[in-house]
Amino acid sequence: MKIPSLKIYAIAYLIFLYAPIFLLPLFAFNDGTIIAFPLKGFTTDWFAKMAENDTLRHALSNSLIIALTSSAGATIFAIFAARASTRYRFKGKGGIMGLILLPMVLPDILMGMSLLLVMLEVLKVNLSIATVILGHVIISLPYAIAVLQTAFATLDQSLEEAAVDLGETRMSTFRLIVLPLVMPGIISAFLISFTISLDEFIVAFFLAGNQPTLPTYIFSQLRFPSAIPVIMALGTCLVAASILLLSVAEFFRRRGVKRTGAKDTGGFL
Amino acid sequence: MAGKGESWLRSESAQGYALISPSFLYAVLLLAAPLVTILAYSFFQDGYLTVVHEFTLQNYIATWTDPIFRVILVRSLFVAGLVTLITVALAFPIAYYLSFGLAPNQKARWIFLITIPFWTSYLIRVFLWKVILGYNGVINSALESIGIIGPNGLIADPLQMLNSVGAIALTLAHAYAPFAILPIFVSLEKIDRSLLEAGQDLGESRWRTFLRVTLPLAMPGVVAATLIVFIPTVGDYVTPELIGGGKMPMVANLIQAQMLPLDNRPMGSAIAVSSLLVVAALSLVFLWLNRRFLKVGK
Repeated sequence: MKIPSLKIYAIAYLIFLYAPIFLLPLFAFNDGTIIAFPLKGFTTDWFAKMAENDTLRHALSNSLIIALTSSAGATIFAIFAARASTRYRFKGKGGIMGLILLPMVLPDILMGMSLLLVMLEVLKVNLSIATVILGHVIISLPYAIAVLQTAFATLDQSLEEAAVDLGETRMSTFRLIVLPLVMPGIISAFLISFTISLDEFIVAFFLAGNQPTLPTYIFSQLRFPSAIPVIMALGTCLVAASILLLSVAEFFRRRGVKRTGAKDTGGFL
Repeated sequence: MAGKGESWLRSESAQGYALISPSFLYAVLLLAAPLVTILAYSFFQDGYLTVVHEFTLQNYIATWTDPIFRVILVRSLFVAGLVTLITVALAFPIAYYLSFGLAPNQKARWIFLITIPFWTSYLIRVFLWKVILGYNGVINSALESIGIIGPNGLIADPLQMLNSVGAIALTLAHAYAPFAILPIFVSLEKIDRSLLEAGQDLGESRWRTFLRVTLPLAMPGVVAATLIVFIPTVGDYVTPELIGGGKMPMVANLIQAQMLPLDNRPMGSAIAVSSLLVVAALSLVFLWLNRRFLKVGK
């Protein structure tokens, strides 16, 4: 087959995918206020300026609170939903799961504007990071479920039956047998949700009121050419953090697949 | 009666419902109810600083008679269609390579490599395309340094690439690339390899086997990829704003302007519902056109 030419194409495609990300550190360490070639000298000034910035620090702490809380929420909801959808048969399962997974294809702006409408007009609550957390749970839930469904689906049901036969209750079986086996999947789902929340812009833009998050702060700064080098430094840190989180998530996802003895073919989705 | 109720409680479906109910309830409250609220508001009237809760079709009439809305909607659909075409066409060979060209133990690593860029800071990635395509950007300065652009070069002035539909489409195609690969990969993985051998044993060439066996069986993945890329890109806000420089608004920019700065929420809702209906109608037509491929699996 034409596999060698396909392989060349695949590598070219990966270069296309990663090209913008490779540019990021070049400009973050570049000793020049304009983002253009040729590069000048090497500097870490932009990182130092980034660390001094108070608004940025505020945005970072907001983003971390939002990401931690919303990914914890999404993971807990996802454990129940993934267990229900892989282990039990019931009427209307397709429709219910369809609704829960809908945010995967729905444009984010619809989620942002509809939640804004509900918060301001129906519930009449003030916008804050709490409203962003509510929104981020609904956005990351489908991805957390996708990760956990693989974890639950590869579980051998005879292990649970054996435990029940040996006198364990349903609860203790879940705690002693099921939970340890899917734990890597749970960690992986948590980290994926965390990354999604950390990077999410539109919903935070609509729901955060006057509270900055990292992405909304970045968006507000992109208009000012003088702010760009610092944003490049911040972007470098964010991309590094995302890659680290995803690598750890992938490590746990694979470990989970290995633990349940299944064949690993897929990724996160 | 009591006994029957108890056994139902212990039954499989009851346990399934009990487990799914927290997520379902959350999705009803924070997804379904808000979407219904948009629908309701699109029929309300905008008063000064308040919303008049009386039924009116005024917002829809205003939306559809506004030539600007029609231009923006057509632009959004065109950009999303272009993005989908580019993305799916580029993604198919990759998905094929992942499924047929790699040893099973390498697949997970490649999929991981492909999905990483998708999860990393969307905003920054879009902005970097502005850096690449800009007037003083990476492409122009590279061409200048090798003498193609400049007073003595082939082209006198740097290329004007930003603020165009093409630049928006390129950026979005880059952003959504992994989303198209995965569904196609999944459907290719499901293909029974013995069918391909059978095709070739019966004297078909590789190319004809691909066209008559592999491609039709991969179509459910292609259809899924098309919708997964098309629907969110119609509603993209960031790329038209950054790459289009605000001069090439798409539907999401129009909605945002109505919802936040102009504070006309009924109008914003009517625009959102109108666009969503058009997108849903197009998606249904697309599914209907591909119905013969989608029946195969079921």
